[in-house]
Amino acid sequence: MGYKFTTEEFNRLLSDLKKQYRVYAPVLLKGKGRFSDTDVVGYGEIQNIDDVIFTQKSYFSPKEIFYPISETMFYFTEDEYREPKVESKEIIVFLRSCDINAVERLDKIMLENGKEPDYYYHRLRSKVKFIKIDCPTSFDSCFCVSMGTNYTDNYSASIHSDNNGLYLCDVKEDINGLFSSYGTFAEFKPLFVEENDFSVEVPEDINLATIAEHDLWQEYSSRCVACGRCNTSCPTCSCFTVQDIFYEDNPKCGERRRVWASCQIDGFTDMAGGHSFRKDKGQRMRFKVMHKINDFKKRFGMHMCVGCGRCDDVCPEYISFSRCVNKVSAAVQGVNNDG
Amino acid sequence: MSINTKKVMKNAWRITKDRNLTCLRIRVPGGHLPVKFFPLIQEIADQYGNGTVHITTRQGFEVPGIPFSKMEEINAKIAPIIDELEVKNDVDINKSEKGYPAAGTRNVSSCIGNRVCPQAVFDTTSLARDIEKTIYPNDPHVKIAVTGCPNDCIKAHMQDIGVIGQVEPVYDRTRCIACQACVNNCAKVSTGALTFSNYKVKRDSKRCIGCGECVLKCPTGAWTRGEQHYRLVIMGRTGKKNPRIARTFMEWADRGAVLKICSNLYGYIDKYIDRTLPKEHVGYIVDRTGFNVFKEEVLKDVTLSSKTKVVDYINFGGYENR
Repeated sequence: MGYKFTTEEFNRLLSDLKKQYRVYAPVLLKGKGRFSDTDVVGYGEIQNIDDVIFTQKSYFSPKEIFYPISETMFYFTEDEYREPKVESKEIIVFLRSCDINAVERLDKIMLENGKEPDYYYHRLRSKVKFIKIDCPTSFDSCFCVSMGTNYTDNYSASIHSDNNGLYLCDVKEDINGLFSSYGTFAEFKPLFVEENDFSVEVPEDINLATIAEHDLWQEYSSRCVACGRCNTSCPTCSCFTVQDIFYEDNPKCGERRRVWASCQIDGFTDMAGGHSFRKDKGQRMRFKVMHKINDFKKRFGMHMCVGCGRCDDVCPEYISFSRCVNKVSAAVQGVNNDG
Repeated sequence: MSINTKKVMKNAWRITKDRNLTCLRIRVPGGHLPVKFFPLIQEIADQYGNGTVHITTRQGFEVPGIPFSKMEEINAKIAPIIDELEVKNDVDINKSEKGYPAAGTRNVSSCIGNRVCPQAVFDTTSLARDIEKTIYPNDPHVKIAVTGCPNDCIKAHMQDIGVIGQVEPVYDRTRCIACQACVNNCAKVSTGALTFSNYKVKRDSKRCIGCGECVLKCPTGAWTRGEQHYRLVIMGRTGKKNPRIARTFMEWADRGAVLKICSNLYGYIDKYIDRTLPKEHVGYIVDRTGFNVFKEEVLKDVTLSSKTKVVDYINFGGYENR
């Protein structure tokens, strides 16, 4: 069901929504870019629809809203512990098709991987509703079409603005009846990207033993600086580590936190006794790439990578994940042809 | 030939080895020049000079081999350069067709700054132009340069006043993943102002020099850029008597304070310069009056923010007698 809104009408809808929901969207973080006098697009709460950045891809993914970068699991004293409360408000996130597909990947790992769903993830994730930001065109480095993530119908509403400054929403779930009450019925279709500038060929039938040993990984040993930006910007990376903190003023009290971890950063494979496997950055690259385009699918039936291209956008060394996948593809063909 | 050398030099022309020839000097405040002026500089060098141009350490051009008789004609020709780089920037020059009205106060130079460089914490050319407008035209021999970060590529430490960009890093602990990229990097390439405790980062504000390296290294945006400040280093110099590197006078100063101090420097010089000499470079005046007199004069009517730190005293070591 389609509705159109003037900016004013949509803002009234938002202000009603905000009574029950915290509403997050890609926003411009002024002066918060890595370099001086530069801005960055990241996720933040919005007051009105003009706050939403529609024309750029966000640098960071939306996952930080319901899977926090750093999250306290419980506080402890000598003989008891307590979980932090979660806010009663529910959550609405503006995000693109690739990102909605990415949340489905996170759900697989966090909710379906083990016997029990991940408690902390579940309690925030179950509050989340999606508003899909339509993509009229593809951005630099996007390869969603290759990954089949350019399309989704998993959203409460979609949104894009037409040429007359109206917002068009394809509504699948009329939250609290607000869309129908503030909008005017309209006939249109939600927009999906049908073509990217770059396409990726994900290899099938990978001979793991041969590819793991392939010399294509070697260049990354010297190119990668192990900063971890590919992981921290990725909408599907789910790894975390756990930290026990003893408060400095009274070490008998403290908290246990979980914090995002990165398979590219030193320390990820450190084990008790000081052993560390995958010290070489080329091997870390192999581990990451193969997880995103091979291993995950074996377990869950879909590739982990959703082709958002953020890892390409943020890499300070200009390493391209998507080009690497194509190199793997070529290598697989070579290996298979060689018999 | 009768030439008033004092007037010629004040007009930014040179007395050279060759008795018949002078050399045109063009100043480029902040070191950034629209290339549309290249054909004009080329034309002057080709038609009046010897077809070459010297790029100076202070980011100006010198066009050598020009007959003294052509000075007036060329002054009129370079008016568009003076108009665009000086007059349009509110530098107090009435008759740009008469050439440069002073040469003692040298071109305010700057590194390329954040128009290009990832390390730079601010737009150096913009501040250099603001300083130019504050101190030029002026006769006293003063050298000021502006650099975007403590790497000091413009060599602010060799100036009478060197301005070095500082940024106050802001830490959002909820975004920190404890990768320690900032901590390790600060220890390796900067001042070791960051320590790691309870899986989060502590910053020693006394050690931090505001280089912004932590922001550059952070993969999650836990470190971002806060307020823009400046470190002032003073009385660096080359020269025959006691060449030396500048010393820190002030840290975490704001733009207003920087400009006011640059302006006050001229009041100090006027009050204490040795007028028996043809010229006296400001560093030597400070050697005579001592640091405290300098400090009192340049801080007159300067409003310092609560963050600004001024040194109590600098012992420059005085004259070295041999």
